[in-house]
Amino acid sequence: MMSRFNQITNTDMNQPPPPASYSRRLLRLFLSTFYLSAFTFGGGYVIVSLMKKKFVDQYHWIDDQEMLDLVAIAQSSPGAIAVNGAVVLGFKLAGIPGMLVSVLGSVLPPFFILSLISLCYTAFQTNPWIRLVLEGMQAGVSAVIASVVWDMGSGVIKEGSRLDFLILAAAFLANYLFEVNVVIIILACGLAGLIRTLWAGRNSTTADRHSSTVGRRSPTADRHFSTVDEHSAADEGRGKE
Amino acid sequence: MIYLQLFLSFLQVGAFSFGGGYAAMPLIREQVITAHSWLSMEEFTDLITISQMTPGPIAINSATFVGLKIAGIGGALAATAGCILPSCILVTLLAWIYLKYRKLSLLQGILKSLRPAVVAMIAASGLTILISALWEEGSPMRLAAMKADTAVIFLAALYLLRVKKLDAVLVMVISGVLEILLSAVVNFL
Repeated sequence: MMSRFNQITNTDMNQPPPPASYSRRLLRLFLSTFYLSAFTFGGGYVIVSLMKKKFVDQYHWIDDQEMLDLVAIAQSSPGAIAVNGAVVLGFKLAGIPGMLVSVLGSVLPPFFILSLISLCYTAFQTNPWIRLVLEGMQAGVSAVIASVVWDMGSGVIKEGSRLDFLILAAAFLANYLFEVNVVIIILACGLAGLIRTLWAGRNSTTADRHSSTVGRRSPTADRHFSTVDEHSAADEGRGKE
Repeated sequence: MIYLQLFLSFLQVGAFSFGGGYAAMPLIREQVITAHSWLSMEEFTDLITISQMTPGPIAINSATFVGLKIAGIGGALAATAGCILPSCILVTLLAWIYLKYRKLSLLQGILKSLRPAVVAMIAASGLTILISALWEEGSPMRLAAMKADTAVIFLAALYLLRVKKLDAVLVMVISGVLEILLSAVVNFL
C-alpha cells in the first residue's frame, strides 16, 4: 500500500529527481515544517504562503500550479490549515512517511510552547500584573475576532447568494441562542452545499469545464494564498464561466 | 477513560473545523465548556488569548492545554493525536485523489456553503468572549455594570486593527500594556 502511494506521487512529479536522497528529503521536510510552525505568527494562511516560498521558490520541489491546488485542498479540508498544508506537502513530496514527518514537524512546536505556558499558567493566573495584561489582551482578542468576522462576513454578504445569507443568520441563531451542536450545523450546511453543487452540475454543462479548469489556474494568482475570501471570489468567478 | 474522552472530543474538533483560523473555536468551546466542563469561560478566554499570542493553530494549542490540565502529558498527547488524525487521513486521501484525477470542484462547492455558517459560529463564540471580557462573571449584562477599562481597550484595539491596519499580535501587546496603564491611572485617582 505504502509503495503504491509512493509510486503515484513520484510518477506525478514529472520532473528530474531532486539531488537530495530520500532520507535527507525527509529530514529537510521535518526541519522546514518545524521551523515554519515555530516562528510563524498569524495562523494557517500565513504559514501556507511561507510553505509556498520555501518549497516552490527556494527548493523547487513542486511547481507553482500544483502548489496552488494543494493549498486549495489544505484550505477546504477540515482541521488546522497549517497541519493540512504539512499533510499535502509531505505526502506529495515523500509519500506517507513524508506526510507523517511533516505533520510531526508542524505539531511539535505548538505542543512544546503550550506545555511550557500551561506549566506557568497557574502562576500567571494568580499574579496580579499578568492577570491585568491578560485582561487587556482579552479585550484585544475580542477586537481581533470581531475584525475577522467583519472581513469574512462582508465577503459572504458581498459575493454570496441569498441562500448564503440565510445560512449565516440561521447558523448564528442556532449556535448562539438555541445552542445547537456545532457538528450538526456543519453537517447540515455541508449537505446543503453538496446538494447545491450536484444540482448546479446537473443543470449546466459548464460544470465539467469548471472542474477541469481547477488544474490550470493562472500561475500568477499569488493572491490565492492570502485569504479565504479572495479564494472564494476566484471560485465565484470560475463558477460563472 | 479520560484519555479516550479527550481523544474523541478533539477528534471532533479536527474533523469538523472547516475554514482554518478561528473556525475551530466554536467546536472547542462546545467540547471543553458545554459538553465536558473541562475549562471555565475565563480559562477558555485565556486560552484563546494565549493562542493568538503564540505561533501554532488554535486547535493544537487547545488540545495541548486542555489535555495537560485534565490528564497530564498523556492527556495532551491523546487530545493532540485526536486533533490531527482526521487531517492525516482525510487530507492525504484528498491529495491522493487530486494527484490522480485533478478534480476539486465538489469539495470547494461544499466549502462554499459552509463558509457563511463558519463565519456565523465564529461570531457567536467571539460574542461570548467579548461578553466575558466586558462584564465580570455573574454580573448583570447591563451597560452600567460594564467594565469601562476593557470597553475602552476593545474600541481602541478595533480602531488600530480596522483603521490603522496594525498587525494583530502588536494590537494584542498594546491592549495588555493599555490595561496596566489604565489601572495605574484609576489607582492614582
